[in-house]
Amino acid sequence: MLEILHDFWPTLLVGQYPNGPLGGLALTLILAICGLALSLPLALLLALARVSSIRPLALFASGLVQIVRSMPLLMLIFWAYFAVPKLTGYSVSGFTTLVCALVIYESAYLSEVIRSGIEAIPKGQIEASRSLGVGYWTTMRRVVLPQAMLNVLPSMTSQFISTIKETSLGYVISVNELTFAANQVNNLVLTKPLQVFGILAIIYFVVCFTLSRGLYWLDFRVRRARAMA
Amino acid sequence: MLDAAQLHQLWQGMVTTIQLFLVAWTMAFTIAILLTVIRATNVRVARWFVDIYVEYHRNVPLLVQVLFWYFGMPELLPEGFRTWLYQHNAELSLAAIALALGSAAYIAEDIRSGLRAIPTTQFEATRALGASYIQCMRHIIVPQALRISIPPLVGRALLLFKNTSVAMAIGVVELTYQAREIENETYRTFATFGAATLMYIAGSFLLLFVGSRIAARYRIAGGSGRA
Amino acid sequence: MIKLDKVNKWYGPHHVLRDVDLTIAQGEVVVVCGPSGSGKSTLIRTINRLEPIEKGAITVNGQDVYAKNVNLNTLRQGIGFVFQSFNLFPHMTVLDNVLFAPTTIQKRSRKEATGEAMQLLERVGLAEKVGAYPGNLSGGQQQRVAIARALALKPPIMLFDEPTSALDPEMVGEVLQVMKSLARDGMTMVCVTHEMGFARDVSDRVVFMDAGEILEETTPEQFFTAPAHPRAQRFLADILHKA
Repeated sequence: MLEILHDFWPTLLVGQYPNGPLGGLALTLILAICGLALSLPLALLLALARVSSIRPLALFASGLVQIVRSMPLLMLIFWAYFAVPKLTGYSVSGFTTLVCALVIYESAYLSEVIRSGIEAIPKGQIEASRSLGVGYWTTMRRVVLPQAMLNVLPSMTSQFISTIKETSLGYVISVNELTFAANQVNNLVLTKPLQVFGILAIIYFVVCFTLSRGLYWLDFRVRRARAMA
Repeated sequence: MLDAAQLHQLWQGMVTTIQLFLVAWTMAFTIAILLTVIRATNVRVARWFVDIYVEYHRNVPLLVQVLFWYFGMPELLPEGFRTWLYQHNAELSLAAIALALGSAAYIAEDIRSGLRAIPTTQFEATRALGASYIQCMRHIIVPQALRISIPPLVGRALLLFKNTSVAMAIGVVELTYQAREIENETYRTFATFGAATLMYIAGSFLLLFVGSRIAARYRIAGGSGRA
Repeated sequence: MIKLDKVNKWYGPHHVLRDVDLTIAQGEVVVVCGPSGSGKSTLIRTINRLEPIEKGAITVNGQDVYAKNVNLNTLRQGIGFVFQSFNLFPHMTVLDNVLFAPTTIQKRSRKEATGEAMQLLERVGLAEKVGAYPGNLSGGQQQRVAIARALALKPPIMLFDEPTSALDPEMVGEVLQVMKSLARDGMTMVCVTHEMGFARDVSDRVVFMDAGEILEETTPEQFFTAPAHPRAQRFLADILHKA
C-alpha cells in the first residue's frame, strides 16, 4: 500500500496539476467549499421564504425543497449534466455541473436547518423588537437571524463534511476529483484494487474526521468566548 | 413522452431499487441492533470497535464504500469463490452489503440517541421492582428508545432509498441506471429523467407516509416517561 | 390618552375580553389586576396590537390602533412595552440593547445616541453593566435593562405586563423602584401586576378584571380597604394570604 501512495500521491492530491487542470483531493475540497459557499445564501433565501407570511411564496419554497429532498443527488447530477446543456445551448464543464447540483441539493437541506433555527428563536424576541416599533425585515436581520445562524452553526459544519463526501459522485460524470483520481490509479496498477480503494477510504476518513473534530473544537471555542463576554 | 417499453424498463429499474432498498434496510437494522448490543456490554474493546465502525462509515463517502466492496474486497476471497460471486450478480449483493453497513452506523447512532433520551428514573423504577438488567432493557428501555427513534429512523430509511442510486456506479441496473440507459438511446432527456424523478418522488412520499403512520401508531402519548 | 371602547376578543370559542371600556388620561398610573386567566395580560397586549381584537376600538393619542392605514411601527415607537420575560436580545450587549431602537429606527449615530443611552442606564442603576451580555445579568438587572430599552425612544406611554412575576422575590424591589420613579416623573403607565404595594404607593387607579370583564375600577385606597365587587373581595383575600 505504501508504494502505491508513494508513487501516486500527486495524482491523488492534485490530479494532473501542474500539467493539467487541478484534480484529486484539492479539487474535492474546492468543490465542497464552492458548494457550501454558494448554497448558504440560497438556503437563507429559501428559509426566509418558508417562514414568511406571504403564503404563495412559502408554499412555493416548501414545494421546491420537498421535491429536491425526494430525489437522489445522483439524479440531480444527471439532470444538471444532461438537461442544462440542452436548455442553455452551451456545453457545461463537469465541474460546473457538479457544483450546480451540489448547491441545489445542499440549499434544500440547509434551508430546513436554518428554518428550524429561526423557528426555535422564542417569540418574545420578535415581540420585543416589534414593540419597539422595528419593522419585520429589520427584526429578522438584526434580532432573529444572528441568533438563529449561531445556533445552526454546528449543523452547518456537519453539512460541509457531507458535501465533501458528496463530491465523490463526480466520479460518475468523470470529474477528476479524489474518487475519480483513485479509479485512474487503479486502472494503472490493476492488480491491487484492495490497496488502492483502501487508500481512498483512508484519505476520506482522515480528511473528514479531522475536519469534523477541528470544526467541533472551533465551534466550542466560539461558544465559550461568547458566553464569557 | 416515453413509450410503453421504455416505461416498463424504468419500472424494472424501480423494482430493483426497491429490492435493493428492502434487503439493505433489513440488514442495516439488524447490524445496528447488533452494534447497540455490543456497545451495551460496556467492554472497552467492544465499545472501541463500535465507535471506530461508526466513525469510519460516517466519514467515508457511500460511493467509496461501494467501490471498495465491489473492486477491493473480493481480492480477499479465494479465487474460486470470487469467480462464483462475479457470475452470480455480485453487483447487487455487494452494493447491498455496502449500503447496509453504511446505514447501520447511522441507525446505531439514532438508537443510541433514543436510549440517551430515556431518563434514568425509568431504569431505577424498573430495578426497584426487582427486575434484572436484561428484563429492564428488553421490556422498558429498548422499546421506548425505539419508539422515540422512529422519526429519525424514517429519515434514514428515506436516505437509504435514495442512496440505492449510487449502486449504478458498479452496474446495478436500478432506476437511475435505467434512466441513463434510456436517455443514452433516445436522447429524450426530460421525459426520461422526468419519469424517473417522479418515481423517486412517489417512492419517497410513500416511505414518508408509511413512516408517519408507524410513528403515530407507536408514539408514546404525552412524552417519554417523564413525570 | 389611551381609550378602549367596547373591546372584545375571542380565542377560538373562548370569549377572553368582554366589552372592555377603559380610559387612561395623560400622566395617570393605572394598575390592572385580577386572578390568572382574567384576561389582563391579553388586554394590555391589545393596546399595541401584539394581540388583535375582534370587536371594538382602541385609540392611542387620538390614533385608532386598528385603522386600516395605520403605521404600526410608528405607533409602537410611541408606546414602551415591558415583558414578563424581559426578552432582551441575548446576542447584544446591554448598551446595544438600549441603542437598538434609536440607531435602527431613528437612524441616529451610535456616538450621538450613546449619551442618552448611558443616562437611561444610570437611571435604572445599571451604568456599570454597559458592556455585559444579558446572559451575565440577574433577572432583576435584565428587567431594568428592558425598561431602559423601552424608554430609549422616549415614548409618552409605558405598558408593563407582569414585570416582576418572573423574578425571584429579592429582585422585585429594584424593578419596582424604577417603575415608581417613572410614575413620579409623570409617565403615563398601565401596569398589569400582582404587586399590591406598588399599586398602593403610586397608582392613581386600580382596575380589577375577572373572566375578561372589568368588574371594578376605583382608587387604590378604596380598593384595598373596601372593594365593592364580591370577586374583588375574594381576590384581595387570596392575595393578602400569600403576602
